[in-house]
Order: sequence, then structure tokens, then C-alpha cells
Amino acid sequence: MTQNYDKLPQDAFTRIPRDTQEAEKISKPSVSFWQDAWRSLKKNKGAIISLILFGLIVLMSFLGPVISPYEPNDQTITHANLPPKIPVIENLGIMDGVGTLGGREVDLYEMKNVEQNYWFGTDGLGRDMFSRVWKGTQVSLFIAFVAAAIDMLIGVIYGGISGYFGGRVDDVMQRIVEILTGIPNLVVVILFILIMDPGILAIIIALTITGWTGMSRVVRGQVLKYKSQEFVLAARTLGASDTRIIWKHLMPNVLGVIIINTMFTIPGAIFFEAFLSFIGLGLQAPDASLGTLINDGYKLIQYQPHILLFPAVVLSLIMIAFNLIGDGLRDALDPKMKD
Amino acid sequence: MARYIGKRLIYMFITLALIATFTFFLMKILPGSPIASADKLSPEQRAVVEARYGLDQPLPVQYFDYMFGLLQGDLGISINQFKGANVTDVILSRMGPSAQIGFQGMLLGTVLGILFGMVAALRQNTWVDYGSTIVAIIGISIPSFVFASMLQYWLGLKLDLFPVALWKDGFMSSVLPSIALAMFPLATAARFIRTEMIEVLGSDYITLAKAKGASGSEIAFKHAFRNALIPLITVLGPMAVSILTGSLVVEQIFAIPGIGEQFVKSIMVNDFSIIMGTTIFFSVFLIVIILVVDILYGVIDPRIRLSGGKS
Repeated sequence: MTQNYDKLPQDAFTRIPRDTQEAEKISKPSVSFWQDAWRSLKKNKGAIISLILFGLIVLMSFLGPVISPYEPNDQTITHANLPPKIPVIENLGIMDGVGTLGGREVDLYEMKNVEQNYWFGTDGLGRDMFSRVWKGTQVSLFIAFVAAAIDMLIGVIYGGISGYFGGRVDDVMQRIVEILTGIPNLVVVILFILIMDPGILAIIIALTITGWTGMSRVVRGQVLKYKSQEFVLAARTLGASDTRIIWKHLMPNVLGVIIINTMFTIPGAIFFEAFLSFIGLGLQAPDASLGTLINDGYKLIQYQPHILLFPAVVLSLIMIAFNLIGDGLRDALDPKMKD
Repeated sequence: MARYIGKRLIYMFITLALIATFTFFLMKILPGSPIASADKLSPEQRAVVEARYGLDQPLPVQYFDYMFGLLQGDLGISINQFKGANVTDVILSRMGPSAQIGFQGMLLGTVLGILFGMVAALRQNTWVDYGSTIVAIIGISIPSFVFASMLQYWLGLKLDLFPVALWKDGFMSSVLPSIALAMFPLATAARFIRTEMIEVLGSDYITLAKAKGASGSEIAFKHAFRNALIPLITVLGPMAVSILTGSLVVEQIFAIPGIGEQFVKSIMVNDFSIIMGTTIFFSVFLIVIILVVDILYGVIDPRIRLSGGKS
């Protein structure tokens, strides 16, 4: 081994003096927690595709009813039960306005003398499905986001107080939560829907009445974990107030878990809204959500499958996208998953 | 352990009493009378009908009557849907089909899910793994009623492989509803087993087993699989909830005469005693399952018993 060193060209090397200053220098820019999370989220293809897909769906839920020439609730009886027809795609043999009538394939648009195109077809009352589906998406997303936001707010405050103050306060608050979580979600939601006037507000209240307990438990656990750590003790020794410790020292650490939890509450709320509408406890006509549209479509599945198809596809895409984004965020934000 | 179980049982009773009380008063403040065509009756006729169902008593008396009946398994009398029939009998008579599709769905879902999850973990980052992940994501995301109506349309209506609906052809009628209910347990089990297996496969005792020369299949089944299976018990609770929630819509879609279909109908016709009875029945079912799961977990995994027993 030693003789090999002699053969090395000595002039190719320069001697570096020992420099303690140099050793301490940070060569790469420091990365904040959120930058780091974004970096690992970007590597997750499924999550990024889902993020884009979800963005498109949100965009369409606002643009859809506007770019469609028809209003979501306008009825044109002569144009009832038309299959979908889209100008360019119709040449491919799908969505060309051809439907079955009495067992034969016929171009229903020609037969009923319809000049216009209904991109997603029409329902039994001649309402444009394209604008109805996107309007329904808007309503479903609105319900889910508001319900998730309320869950988050109550859960964070309740869990935060319970975890931070601990002792008897924590004891009493946790016993209440234990009893509440014992009540099946399904039962509570259905009972509350029954006593309130059906509508968006009723669904939101029913979803949030016990929905916040999950968030409160997670937040409490995290607060309990962090509040006994040295950095909080240091802050308290320096005379920081409770409010400051909660907002400046605990919140940033708990935020990741809160976001992950919310990402999983939203698809849950979308599902429950659709579920309630499907069993007839949801929105009342003419209001539409994805759930009521699926319910309407299901009744006609044998003859007009397109009425079920589009809302079902949009609902499924939203659910898949949210679950993938949630998974991706959990991997990106959870420090335990870091290698 | 005994102390833990005792504590959990007390909580269970408080929760159930709360649910029963809550449901009782909720039903009382609901708008409308439970008696069909109440407006057409004369005051005297009305008094007779109300006396028949005990509705003429003061509210506290009605409440305690109901709670006492509950303790003896008496859920009251159906008011307008099954005139005069005992609610407990109505529920019991409809349990068969619900239990059958629920059990079949659970079994099919868990077995397939465990299989998918295991294969995915052993063949990590191959197309088998990706395929099973996609199935799992779809299973968790797509609501059971969407999946059920797709099955009904394609396998029932278009391909004519199974009966489209109704409960007439014995086992064949139960196939599609069971598949629809199996999707969520399948997806949950597959994801869970995959994560657990990967973790277990990376642990020291697997390295030791490899070092002493155990074969691949021996390691997979004897060492990894057994240890990955234990935590699966924890997700049995959420699975049972999904089966129950799913049964409300799936029974509706396939016109199965089970408890779920019954419940949805009773909501439509405002049969208070049936709604209350079924609500309490569902609650008992779910709460008992979650309790059993928690206790079972402590019994099976000694590590948990050790730490849980002291507290």
C-alpha cells in the first residue's frame, strides 16, 4: 500500500491548512421544515398528480356552470334524457349522442331535433348534466371544507387546552371525549339530520357535532409530548406567557399533524354528505350535490347510465385525489418517516 | 387487565345510556305525530290510541318506562310501519341477510386484503406491489354505493352473472352485495399488512433467521407474517363500522330485506320506535365490537398486556 503513494503525482495535490472556521461553515443553504416537506412531497408522483387533478376539479366546479350555456336548474322537457355529445370526441364513437331506444341504437339528438350539444347529456327533466355535475361538485366541496374547518377549529382548541393545562381540566375533558367517541358517528349524523330542516347547514352541523373529537385527541397527544420538552421549559424560564408558548412554540410543531388530519377529514365529509343524500337525508330538490345526483342517476341506471356515470366519476376522483394527497403529506410531514 | 375491562364496561354503559336518553328526547321533539293520520281522529279516538302506546303518560314516566324496557331487551312497539309488532322481533327477523352479507364481505375482504398486502410487501416496488397499492387506494376512496351500483350494472345487468337484486336465489343473491361490502376491509387490510410486513422484514430477528439459513418462505410465513398479523386486529373496529354504514346503502341498492334497508325505510315513514330501536341496536353492536377488539389485542400481544396491565 505505502509504495503506491510514491507513484502519485505530487504536484496534483495542494496542502490545505487546518482551519476550524472552515469546518463550521454551512455549505448549503439551510432548509426550513416546510421547504423540506415540499421537497419530499414533490418526489411523490401520485400526490402531485392528485394535487393537479384536484386543482382542475375545483376550477371546473366554478367554471363549469359558467361555461355551460344552460343553467343547472333550467328544465327543457323536450330535451329530456339525452345521452352525452361532445363535438370532437363524437367522431371516436363515444359520446356521440347515440342511445338505445326500444332496444335499437339511434342518434337521439337527430330524432328529437336537438341542435345544441349537451356535453354530459341531460336528465329526465331535460336539465343539463354538465352544469349540474359541476354545481353539485361545488356544493359537495363547500360542505366538506366548511365541516373540516369547523372540526379543525374545535378540535385544536379543545385538544390544545386539554393537553396544555393537563391535570383535572384534562381529566374532565378527556372523559367527555371518551364518551362522545363511543357514540357511532353514523348514528349521530342520522339523528341530527332528522331533527333539523334538511339542507346544507343541517349536514354541516351533523358532520361536525362529533367529528372534532378525532382532531382533539391528536392535538392533545402532540401538545402533551411537546410541552414537557426543554425548549418549552426554556421559553417559560425566560418569562414567556401561556399564549406565547402556545402560539410560538407549540403550534408550529403541531401544525403538521393538524394538516394531515384535516386532509383525511375532508374526504370523510364528502363521503358522508354523498351517503346521506343517497339514503334520502341530504339536500332537497332542486339543490344538487354529487350525492343527490348519484341518487337520481342510480334510479335510472338501467336506461340512462350516463346520469349516474359523471357524478360518480367526479366523486371517486375527488376521493382518490384526497387520499393520495393525504398519504403524500403524511410521508412528507411526519419526521418519523424520514430516513 | 380486569380493572381495565371493568373501566371500559362502565364507560360502555354510560355511553349507551346517553345514546338511549338522547335518542328518546330527540324523537319526542321531532315535528309531527307518530300516529298516522292523527288529524282525522276525534279527541276520544286519539286518546285511545295514545293510551295504547303509552303516549298519554307524562314524559318522565315514558322515559323511565322506555329505559326499564331497554334493560330487559324490550325496544318498544312499532307504531306505523309494522303496526303493533315488537321492535326487537322486527330487528331479529331481519338480522339473517344482514349478518350473512356482512360476514361474507368481512371474510372476503380481510382474506384477500391480507394476501394482497403480503404479496406486495414480499415483492416490494414491483408491478405486483403497485397493482395492489392501486387496488387499495381505489377500495378506500370509492364509496360503497358507487361500487355497488357499478357491480349491479356490469355483473348483474350487462353480463347477467348474478341476480340483479332481491333476496331470492340464496347464496347467489349475496355475492354482489358481499363484494361491494368487501372493498373497504380489503383495502384497509392490504395497506395495513403491507406496512407491517415491510417493518417486520427489516427487523433484527428476520436478519437472524436469514443468517441461520431459514428459507424464504419459512421467513415470510413463520416469522414475518405472524407478527404482522397481530396489529391487524386494531383495524377490525373501523372495518365493522364501514360494513355497517355500507349495509344501509348496499341493502337498499340490492333490495335485501335486512336491518339497514329497514332502518332507511323507517326514517322515510317516521316510525319513531323502529328508528330508536335500530339506533340503539347499531350502537350496541359497534361499541361491543370495539371493546372486544381492544381486549383481544391486549390478550394476544403480551407486550401490550405488560404495559397496559399496570395502568
